[in-house]
Amino acid sequence: VEPDERRARELMRAVVGERDFEAYERLGFVSVTGRNPRYAYLVYPYRPLVAYDTETGELLAEYCVGFTDEGERLPPADDVLAKWMSLRGVEYDLIAEANLNRPGHQVDPDHARRDIARIRELDRASGDPGVIER
Amino acid sequence: MKLVRMRSGHGDVLLAEGDPEVAEDEERLIEEFRRQLDRGMWAAVPLAGRARREARMVRDFTEVPRDAERVVFFPRAAGG
Repeated sequence: VEPDERRARELMRAVVGERDFEAYERLGFVSVTGRNPRYAYLVYPYRPLVAYDTETGELLAEYCVGFTDEGERLPPADDVLAKWMSLRGVEYDLIAEANLNRPGHQVDPDHARRDIARIRELDRASGDPGVIER
Repeated sequence: MKLVRMRSGHGDVLLAEGDPEVAEDEERLIEEFRRQLDRGMWAAVPLAGRARREARMVRDFTEVPRDAERVVFFPRAAGG
């Protein structure tokens, strides 16, 4: 892990809590429940947000949005954390800023479905209610 | 309270630190807060929610809880 990414992970851990930090460390992404708990977002570094139905797992949309610091990419954990904080704080503003695409535009749908299963499995293993409760 | 900013190639960088109950510190924190927003940064205050951690986006220093541990500045989102 590069020093900037290590530092970014320290900040992430202090902000998001153990469940999401563990997901990032183990899986490389997190899941953030929407203001409406019927849907959630897979949050990857440098990739679009993938919205999905929390009951059925159906993929709903991709929201392409990025954060660059004077044209340079943030460390991966900072990119994820910036999306996490924006979704928690100003979800609709973030979504309004993003480019909307159908599922599968950039993120392989099978990959996204597997990731939904992986995050659910992680939640089950840790006894966390996961995306159902915010 | 710490004001930190995400930076490419660095992770977060400490911008200012102080006790907002101390007038001199508060003045310094407010000055740095405004400087970052003037540069187009977004500002978030991490909060410990009931079941989950939360984040509150703030646009003025008066919106920052006095007991907040940190304010995180990061570049505005842009459609990709």
